[in-house]
Amino acid sequence: MLGFLGRRLGQGVVVLLLISLFTFFLINLAPGGPSAAAKFESTAEERAALSKQFGLDQPVTVRYGLWAQGVLQGQFGTSLNSGQEIGPVIAQRLGITAQLGLAALFLSVVIGIPLGVITAMRKNSVLDHVVGTLSTLGMSIPDFWTGIVCILLFSVIWKVLPASGVADFSGGFSFGEWIRHLVLPASVLAFVMLPNLLRFTRSSLLEVLGQDYLRTARAKGIGEFWVISKHALRNALVPILSMVGLLLPALLSGSVIVESVFGLPGMGRLAVDAALGRDYNTIMAVTLVAGGIVIFTNLLVDLAYSAIDPRIRRD
Amino acid sequence: MIEAAPLTSAPVRRRSSGLWHKLLRNPVGLGAAVILLLLYGAAFLGPLLYTVSPTLTDPLNSTADPSVQHPLGTDDLGRDVLARLLSGGRITLLISVVSMMVALSVGSLIGAMAGFYRGLTETVLMRLVDTFMAIPSFFLILAAISVLGNTPPVVVIVVGLGYWPQVARIVHAEVSKIRNFEFVEAGRALGASNNRLIWRHVFPQALPSAAVLTTLGIAWSILTETGLSYLGLGIQPPLASWGNMLQNAQTYFWTKPVLAVYPGLLIAVAVLCFNLLGNTLRDLTDPRGR
Repeated sequence: MLGFLGRRLGQGVVVLLLISLFTFFLINLAPGGPSAAAKFESTAEERAALSKQFGLDQPVTVRYGLWAQGVLQGQFGTSLNSGQEIGPVIAQRLGITAQLGLAALFLSVVIGIPLGVITAMRKNSVLDHVVGTLSTLGMSIPDFWTGIVCILLFSVIWKVLPASGVADFSGGFSFGEWIRHLVLPASVLAFVMLPNLLRFTRSSLLEVLGQDYLRTARAKGIGEFWVISKHALRNALVPILSMVGLLLPALLSGSVIVESVFGLPGMGRLAVDAALGRDYNTIMAVTLVAGGIVIFTNLLVDLAYSAIDPRIRRD
Repeated sequence: MIEAAPLTSAPVRRRSSGLWHKLLRNPVGLGAAVILLLLYGAAFLGPLLYTVSPTLTDPLNSTADPSVQHPLGTDDLGRDVLARLLSGGRITLLISVVSMMVALSVGSLIGAMAGFYRGLTETVLMRLVDTFMAIPSFFLILAAISVLGNTPPVVVIVVGLGYWPQVARIVHAEVSKIRNFEFVEAGRALGASNNRLIWRHVFPQALPSAAVLTTLGIAWSILTETGLSYLGLGIQPPLASWGNMLQNAQTYFWTKPVLAVYPGLLIAVAVLCFNLLGNTLRDLTDPRGR
């Protein structure tokens, strides 16, 4: 078990190192990257001063070393546009993205997995076809369009939910207010994950449903509910969990758009603003942090695997 | 008198031609393919018949209702909406297909090498794939666009590079399986080089799975390109893309919501058809998932 986790942790560290190398060298070696500053119409002295200020007079490998050293100490440098320390800004933005992502994940799991189970058990029924059609539609409609239409319906026409922004807790925390601000963006973001999770649950359960041990369980007189929840779903859960891990990058990518549509100051919006403003330090930091989140969550998924399937622990 | 049967061997049927016949008998897949053909036909041939300029502005006639001159009305700058939808469609649909060719090429190359050679090559290449799978593609694309700019060729490459790891994974899995078949052994015994074995014998067998994934990838690529353009980071005005038309329409959403309806609907239809076609092809090539 420890060996398994140790190995996965080691792989995660290697992947994170590769991400840092890739993003750093993409930004620093590509034409148009920070080195383009040296091409401004300016005197040689001004260019040298600029280069020195940004450390561009050093070889790129040395710059990577210095940057990586800073990152390991939790320092991502300062924003090229606002001059603020990037670390605290990301930490603050991460909270909003985490709320949004976890709420979308919650909705996807709570709706997607049961619906997947029901459609697998009633394969080829009217319900199966309706849910299948709706999930294909859900996968196909762009989330920015869903977002705009939801704002139009719920905020402009019916005026029941706020159109944008986060809840203001200056007068004390209010659970209702928090949910009111979160429900619309989280539901739109859930569209990224829910249809995939639903379909995957359905197909993994279908694979399990024909197995002999389920017939045995039924023959022993166990009720259908327990046959499905305790025997079938538990075996189908390992691939479903790995799907959740695989869908996580898509969820983070989706948050970039959803945060922009709903004006939420999260990490996705930070990435868009940094790309629009060519704030390279922020872009590198945000990409690395996003990769780190995916790796960390996949480690959690690995832990959950071994809780569900003891064979993995012994492996 | 008994006539001797002609001595001809049964024609060898390729796997892909069987797939094509099965697709013709599948109403959902066929319907999706026909709608896609119509969309591509309209986007690429439409401008030959409907010659109104998509960039000609007419501020006195902005956000006009449909008329004989402008069948779908005009946008905020008085540009013809139908002409922009056609020209935007050409950009969006072309970018999505070409970017998936990039993904298919890079993913196939890396996946096939990793699956065929195994050992260190496999470890290094697949670790690279893991790395790219771990970075949420949109962040990577934003990073690349911020340094490389957002001209259409850059958008094509960057969007394509967001999807290659998926292709590499599936090609790797298929090639790892196929390389152990006897015909590969036979080829090697006949003196075929590794390159010939991979690209002439093994990879063609893995191609149908990769092609199915790529069809689904086109749907993803349309959503990604339009998403980027919606954020103002993809195709830049005055060039039209369904994504930047939607971004533009958002400002006039309260007064002229129909401007957002057209591009949104076309994106959804195109993505839906690619998803349906991809799912049908997957079911036809791998019936287990049904």
